[in-house]
Amino acid sequence: MWRYLLPATAVLALGGLLAFALLRIGAGKLDVHEIKSPLIGRSAPSFNLPSVTDPTQRIDSHALAGHAYVLNVWGTWCAACREEHEALLAISHTGGVPLVGIDWRDEPELAVRYLAELGNPYQQVASDADGRAAIDWGVYGAPETFLVSAQGTVLAKHIGPLSEAVWREKFVPLLPVGLGR
Amino acid sequence: MRPYLAAVVLILLAGSALAIDTEAAFPDPVLQGRYEQLIRELRCVQCQNQSIADSPVGLASDLRREVRELIAQGESDAQIKRFMTDRYGDFVLYDPPLTPRTYLLWAAPVLLLLLTLGIAGRVIVRRSRAPPDGDDGEGA
Repeated sequence: MWRYLLPATAVLALGGLLAFALLRIGAGKLDVHEIKSPLIGRSAPSFNLPSVTDPTQRIDSHALAGHAYVLNVWGTWCAACREEHEALLAISHTGGVPLVGIDWRDEPELAVRYLAELGNPYQQVASDADGRAAIDWGVYGAPETFLVSAQGTVLAKHIGPLSEAVWREKFVPLLPVGLGR
Repeated sequence: MRPYLAAVVLILLAGSALAIDTEAAFPDPVLQGRYEQLIRELRCVQCQNQSIADSPVGLASDLRREVRELIAQGESDAQIKRFMTDRYGDFVLYDPPLTPRTYLLWAAPVLLLLLTLGIAGRVIVRRSRAPPDGDDGEGA
């Protein structure tokens, strides 16, 4: 009896695990390539970068303290960033939370043209041409979006194109009541 | 024989032509050795199945620059790995550290070996006790 029961149970258990994982991947709930950020719950990395729109101005993360903000890492070379652009514009209109852009490994002239063409959802856009700030934020593929609290803590990170649905499910519940809707 | 030998030597040397960095990063061979070792142990998180030593993507070259600068600043290998895991998590290391989360991972080879030995031992004992050509229920 054991001879059949034991292997059968093992096969069923493994098969069950596999089916469970595949169904979660299929439903978009599990991304095997997603790396959990060690930054969540820690203070946001600081940066001081030139502004994309005005290279004489610098954007300093310390100036952002005191209110929650969304940090979006993007680039004009990034196809998935175009995909999320509408959602970013919508969130910038209704979200009540400023969007700060980091233009990653890109040329500011291209970024300016891109924003003029598609609309600018950002309150400020910083140019991270050599990719140092992106490394400090643990960025490994654009677009990536972070939510930072008024106290400067990283609350959440989304990897891949942001949508209004993701914004509502993942980010809004973490914001103070009344913000983000 | 000579041409074959030459061919073999050329093929063996060809590997170094595949390296991403075209010239040595450090004149000091000790530092250069540490650099080459470190970039082999760090995963390119963007491509995920290559080390940053092998990956041509922009992020990998940024991370190699970061490693070079940290070595030049006198940081230890452990400090450089810490710099990477603080940002990208343990996944960035090809050699995962021993933590409560990875106990099972590290113990798995030993557990599987013990399990296999246990099963093999049982089968051997049972077979050796069975009569030479009698039906021992194994169907063999």
